[in-house]
Amino acid sequence: MSEYPVRASRLASDQPGAECLACHGEKGMSTTRGGKTVSLYVDAKKFSGSVHGSLGCTGCHAQLEGKELPHDVPVGRVECGTCHPTEHDQHARSLHGRAVAQGDPLAPRCVNCHGNHDILPIKDPRSAVAPLKVPFVCGQCHREGTPVQRNRPIPQSNILENYSESIHGEALLKKGLSVAPTCATCHTPHLILPHTDPASSIARRNIAATCTKCHSQIEAVHRKIIRGELWEKEANVLPACVDCHQPHKIRNVFYTQGMADADCMHCHADEKLRRARDGKSLFVNLDELSHSSHQTNSRNQKVACSQCHSEVNASRVRPCETITHSVDCASCHDEIGKQYLGSTHGQLTSKNDPNAPTCKECHGTHGVLGKQNPQSPTFATNVPGLCARCHREGQKAALRYTGTQHEIIANYTESIHGKGLLKSGLTVTATCTSCHTAHRVLPRSNPESTVNPANVPATCGQCHHGIEEQFENSIHARRVSGSAKELPVCNDCHTAHSIRRTDEDQFRLDIMEKCGRCHEALAKAYFDTYHGKVSRLGYAKTAKCYDCHGAHDVLAVTDPRSHLSRANVAATCQKCHAGATRRFAGYLTHATHHDPRKYPLLFYTFWGMTALLLGTFVVGGVHTLLWLPRALQMRRELRAAEAESRATAEKSANEEKSDG
Amino acid sequence: MAEGGVAERQFIRFTRLQRILHICMIVSFMSLALTGLTLKFSYTKWAAVLSHLFGGFETAGYIHRSAAVMMFGVFITHLVDLYRLKNRQHGTWRALLFGPSSMLPSRRDLTEFVGTLKWFVGKGERPAYGRWTYWEKFDYFAVFWGIAVIGSTGLTLWFPVFFTRFLPGWFLNVTTIIHSDEALLATGFIFTVHFFNTHLRPEKFPMDITVFTGRMPLKELKRDKPREYEALVADGKLEEKMEEAYPPIVIRAVRAFGWAALAVGFSIVLWIIYAMLFAYR
Repeated sequence: MSEYPVRASRLASDQPGAECLACHGEKGMSTTRGGKTVSLYVDAKKFSGSVHGSLGCTGCHAQLEGKELPHDVPVGRVECGTCHPTEHDQHARSLHGRAVAQGDPLAPRCVNCHGNHDILPIKDPRSAVAPLKVPFVCGQCHREGTPVQRNRPIPQSNILENYSESIHGEALLKKGLSVAPTCATCHTPHLILPHTDPASSIARRNIAATCTKCHSQIEAVHRKIIRGELWEKEANVLPACVDCHQPHKIRNVFYTQGMADADCMHCHADEKLRRARDGKSLFVNLDELSHSSHQTNSRNQKVACSQCHSEVNASRVRPCETITHSVDCASCHDEIGKQYLGSTHGQLTSKNDPNAPTCKECHGTHGVLGKQNPQSPTFATNVPGLCARCHREGQKAALRYTGTQHEIIANYTESIHGKGLLKSGLTVTATCTSCHTAHRVLPRSNPESTVNPANVPATCGQCHHGIEEQFENSIHARRVSGSAKELPVCNDCHTAHSIRRTDEDQFRLDIMEKCGRCHEALAKAYFDTYHGKVSRLGYAKTAKCYDCHGAHDVLAVTDPRSHLSRANVAATCQKCHAGATRRFAGYLTHATHHDPRKYPLLFYTFWGMTALLLGTFVVGGVHTLLWLPRALQMRRELRAAEAESRATAEKSANEEKSDG
Repeated sequence: MAEGGVAERQFIRFTRLQRILHICMIVSFMSLALTGLTLKFSYTKWAAVLSHLFGGFETAGYIHRSAAVMMFGVFITHLVDLYRLKNRQHGTWRALLFGPSSMLPSRRDLTEFVGTLKWFVGKGERPAYGRWTYWEKFDYFAVFWGIAVIGSTGLTLWFPVFFTRFLPGWFLNVTTIIHSDEALLATGFIFTVHFFNTHLRPEKFPMDITVFTGRMPLKELKRDKPREYEALVADGKLEEKMEEAYPPIVIRAVRAFGWAALAVGFSIVLWIIYAMLFAYR
């Protein structure tokens, strides 16, 4: 202690620590520890301004309390935990604390970050652990080239550089946003643990909670991609924040992946690569992959192998050995995934049905292409063929199907839609998915289905807009008729898969049967009139149901807007019968002579005529029948007379001969 | 009938014009029946086949209306011919209408009808018919009636817009029924009763070609129209009404036409029976 001269007399005795500063106030005061010269100088001004200024020296250096000065050396370490038990405890459990306990000379203690005599409130920008300084405090050790970085197992490199270029670092260091996260925000100040420790703030399980401390709305943002609750429940299945937003390198637009595709292709470029279990080829055609929409798309976002084949672990020799699930497209295509799960296809998949089509069944795998690409199996003109793989007669879906639609593909191909799409190449023409949707395919009986009768008008209306409007205002719309009966929708008249041009004869001829399914008596009576009889002969020209009643805008004849209302009926007849009057329209177009109450005149005319007919035929018939025996008798007599006269003639001729 | 190559002289029963009119009437009647019945029996497959054979319902319609015009023409020509007949042979309408060769029914027709019925049941001799028997008169006036009823209703259907200027629309429904059922009566009657009475009765079987050739053998006149024959003999006018028979080729042609008409007629009858009994809806 001889080298520490007592200088207490120079300081006011009432100032705390004055006695200590008598020696430690000298700038040159130092000692040698482990061969290094260590300054023992205490800046009195800084100390008095520090958070601990009022405590005096023995507040921390408690072991010197009441000791003779100059005291023995060394004095031993200051126990911050006496006053800061929580922080002390956290530090003790932390990576740093455990390193200290193991006697790691590189292990940081309180003083390494906080300093000693000059500790300032954390809010003070001059504080060593003020947000703006934290990266540098941590960076003392966690920076390239330091003994810690070189000699301790730290998986990340260029931490400080990466951080300072990350969106967080930029905000803090370049823009001075003191709320921007520093190292301690994610890693915590004292309870720093490796990410492999489940208690760590950066453990896979906890990372989302850590990030959402600031990014509180981020779950909503990501809900499109990841169902939020899964982050908590099944964090191991889902990508954690850092899987996409790499730690320390976080950018808001661009982030690279944890695993390079090249790592995967190291094995999977081999054409002979096969799965041991079943010999399935595991070859990945890089050329096919590079043209897929996951590599070339309008957003220019490339999707890495590990983004679909998640659960890879880059630290393994075979990173893919940790994969337990097959690719789940829904982790990105969330909305579609939900739709699919609700669909008949998805429900089959949920039941592990071997016939169930999964995403790849239609979209393919590595070569997946957008539906705009003519090469894609989901390109409009390829869709019928795609669905036909299962839905063609005799194929697996057609075999399971128990409904009324048969020869779907063949009928569609011959339909107006099929011809438009496949023969005329009109890619806007309705194809399977236009009506059934691509991912929400449901049977007609399901109220959610786009082909459920309640939804059919809206489905067809996607393209046939004006028609839907007319239809929704017609008597066939439930809203208008208020009828509880089953009402027709588009496909009841137009059919589902065999839709024809409505100006084709066959359509015009079939419509009476269609309308007649509900309007039975009217359709039957129609065939008793000229229009109907000509139709029955197979001619499309005479008036069919909708020529008079209207097609999509059909209304009750009592409705003033109806084509057949008092005001409109003459004009309707005039479409074919030029000069037709209101009286002309009095022709009974659905008259039958079998209904004496409704059409007495026709009934009695018919039966009057029938009586006349029967009377005449009975009289004529009886007359003829009575005549028949007499006529036969006459014929016999005539024949006999003829034979006799012939015999007489021959006889006389013979006599003449013999005479001669 | 020609025997041994020598042309036999036959009694002239019909004038050339009457024969032409009858042929015209057959053609037009058959056309009307075939085209009209396709509509009436549109529910039978036969109707659709026929309609297509005619070249579609529109062409069938043209044929039907053209044939109707022809029928009207036959009717009017006959009336004009009657007028000329009156001037040439009878002098007055009275002589024409109430003379021995009148078509108008008379008291004697009633007696002959009763006599015929008696003969049918074996209670009398066959009456001595005159130039026109009562059933021939019936057939003749049936045509008058038919043309009036079917023709007038047909016109309302041909010109519905015109007729509904002063008639209610439902009137067309009524005329449709009358037109169609009266046509059924006409075809049915002609192709059964008339065919039997004139052609198929055993002593004439298979057909009587008098109406086409205009001539009938004297033997037949004596047998079938004894009263007319006797009157002619009494008046000494028989000889001036005799002429040479047609050569066999003409007879063959006439028979071919007759067979065709009979065939069409019977087909129609079969079709009507089928449509009414088996396919009626």
